[in-house]
Amino acid sequence: MRRFARFYGAHPLHLLTMMCCFALWLSVIVVAGPQTFINTHVWWQSIAVWFIGAAVLHDMLLFPLYALADLSLRTGLRAMRGLPISRRTAVPIVNYVRLPVLGTGLTFLMFFPGIIKQGAFFYHNATGMTQDPFLHRWLLLVAAMFGTSALAYALRLALHARRTRTHLAPRTTHQPQPPVSTSASPTASIVPDSE
Amino acid sequence: MTDAPDAAAPRPAPESAPGEEQSVGQRSSHDKDLFGRDSASVAEGDGPESAPRAGDAVLEEDGSPSRSDVVDADSHTVAAGAGEVSVENPAAQQPDAGESDPASVAGDTAAPEDDAARRRDDPKPAVPPLTDDSDTVAEPSRAAPSASRSAARHPLEVRERLLTLGSAISLLRDYQWPQLPFRSPIRGPWLTSVFGAVLLASLPIVIITGLLSWIAYGPRFGQAMPGHVGWLHLPVFDWPTRPSWLYRLTQGVHVGLGLILIPWVLAKLWSVIPKFFQLPPVRSPAQAVERISLLTLVGGILFEIATGVLNIQYDYIFGFSFYTAHYWGAWVFISGFVVHVAVKLPTMLRSLRSRSFRSVLGTNRAHTVAEARDETGLVAAHPGPATISRRGAIGLVAGGSLFAAILTIGETTGGFLRRTAILLPRGRSYGNGPTDFQINRTAAAAGLTPDQYSDGWQLKLTGGANRLSLSRPQLLAMEQHTVDLPIACVEGWSTVQTWTGVRLRDLAAAVGVQHMESARVKSFERFGAFTSVQFTADQMLHPDSLLALRVNGVDLTLDHGFPARIMMPAIPGVHTTKWVETIKFRES
Repeated sequence: MRRFARFYGAHPLHLLTMMCCFALWLSVIVVAGPQTFINTHVWWQSIAVWFIGAAVLHDMLLFPLYALADLSLRTGLRAMRGLPISRRTAVPIVNYVRLPVLGTGLTFLMFFPGIIKQGAFFYHNATGMTQDPFLHRWLLLVAAMFGTSALAYALRLALHARRTRTHLAPRTTHQPQPPVSTSASPTASIVPDSE
Repeated sequence: MTDAPDAAAPRPAPESAPGEEQSVGQRSSHDKDLFGRDSASVAEGDGPESAPRAGDAVLEEDGSPSRSDVVDADSHTVAAGAGEVSVENPAAQQPDAGESDPASVAGDTAAPEDDAARRRDDPKPAVPPLTDDSDTVAEPSRAAPSASRSAARHPLEVRERLLTLGSAISLLRDYQWPQLPFRSPIRGPWLTSVFGAVLLASLPIVIITGLLSWIAYGPRFGQAMPGHVGWLHLPVFDWPTRPSWLYRLTQGVHVGLGLILIPWVLAKLWSVIPKFFQLPPVRSPAQAVERISLLTLVGGILFEIATGVLNIQYDYIFGFSFYTAHYWGAWVFISGFVVHVAVKLPTMLRSLRSRSFRSVLGTNRAHTVAEARDETGLVAAHPGPATISRRGAIGLVAGGSLFAAILTIGETTGGFLRRTAILLPRGRSYGNGPTDFQINRTAAAAGLTPDQYSDGWQLKLTGGANRLSLSRPQLLAMEQHTVDLPIACVEGWSTVQTWTGVRLRDLAAAVGVQHMESARVKSFERFGAFTSVQFTADQMLHPDSLLALRVNGVDLTLDHGFPARIMMPAIPGVHTTKWVETIKFRES
């Protein structure tokens, strides 16, 4: 048994459990028949292609895309540092950008057929209506998300500026506090967590 | 991203000891990945083998200035919130490149306490519990790394070593693979376990309600789809007629919860994505087998979400039968889900216990540091500073889930909340009139022609040898019954209206049926997947089962089934047959 574990790389129970999984999905293929999962006329309309494609699209396209977007956001914000425009960024803005972007992405992922009018014919058959309003509604929702986030960030900045002033001596000018550079600084720790 | 600052800075291995120790540690901890027996040994692993580690740490501290110093000098927002993939620099992957950059980004940029914590948390070489009491067993695998490295210079030796599969595996295993540039400090077994626990508690509900829907369609009469499923179904029973909102509940939960869980699923996948890109892709046969099972898990959940999301929005771009695909996809997913839970449950429970939820709720971003690296391999090797706290990340996902809930729940509840489902087909209003409620498939789509529903229309009843035809005025002259019943669609939406019509059991009596066994209702529609439906005697004899003629006090409209439609408690919406032509009663 030890020899087996050393070769296999896990407890034999692991193999038994895995075999249970494979037997189950093989039974699915046997019961449904392999031809159920393959479309010989239009290959990409095969169930098998969609099944594997779903995992591949997520891992190889969606994840790299949003990781890249997030990396761009963070490097972009870092590059802006020191520019006059970013003098007041004592409160990190990154999550105030991420939030509405994620909201936009999530709503698009969930509701894109209506937004881009995919399946218009069947939609009309089923409901007697058209998909016309969805793009408009979605854009307004996106606007609301970004607007809310901007408002929340503005409030946070104002709150932060006020606290900074009260914590400093009253003689201080109205210059905003210089950007906080390390997360451990006392200025940052008095600001409640933003997320 | 090829030049991402920390891209592939393998630890320098001038002598084989550090590399060897590291790879043995990784492999052996992987050995125990699943049944969690090695956590103690990981913590306790100490002694001579940890000495090279300390050397590593010194190297990090004294590391010569590097590009990472330049890039990250003032870094505050560097941390990987979402993780990032980059193509590794092949030149940096040489295992013996002693002159490769010893400095690590995190070592330079992380706050001092982070750094200290990370060094403390560096994985100690674990002695594999299964082999630790046997020198003869442990010996070869320990000797392998240095031997294989020298063997690389002697092709003949390599061939010899490759003679056994085991040594081929250990060759792969002991290659100095570069570290992937995943740097989010909140990624780790605890966060993954929180996401996993949420899904573990909720996905079974989605699964069971989905499988119940298959039964609600009436497999006894061959109406469940797909039709032939072998033993792959819940125990079949006659779908009950009480409570009348039963199908509305089960299917509303199935679709609604499925949509609400999307953010959790995506977050869970984000939290484990380093495992997908891990190098080497496979360290042992166990891992190879497990990765195949994970395809059924990940492919399964994403496939179910994708087909479900498309189907409820009438986007049939996939081209295959939704019922077939969603049902079989579910079973493949179940196979992956069950074994994943079986294998990972101990890890999940252990990880959840590793820190209290309350302490996480009390930790802000500034104080968020990575977990100790462990055998799960989820914790970044060089975590950056946090850009979001753990409570923030959980709040973000929960908030996304709540957001999805607000945008979907109105489809099912109807009433005032229906307007909040602004992006879904069934969140829309048809107006305020008595017949302005959700239409499922228009008369035009069913291909009706005026002669079919004009005054000449007659309901044809058959019971045994008896036949009876009734015109709409004759039906209206019979005893009328009024009841509130939902149309609850398999797509998850529902709407409750007040229906008036003749009880189906009165029609059975009118045609002389004594002992009904079942009945088949047929529509005169020309196009449709549910032109004829069979019901059990229970369903037909229920006092609220109607041949509805009017709704909300007015005649049915053509789109709602004029001249007559079936309304029954707790049945799937597609079975509330519109434009009824015949009812055939079968006696026992």
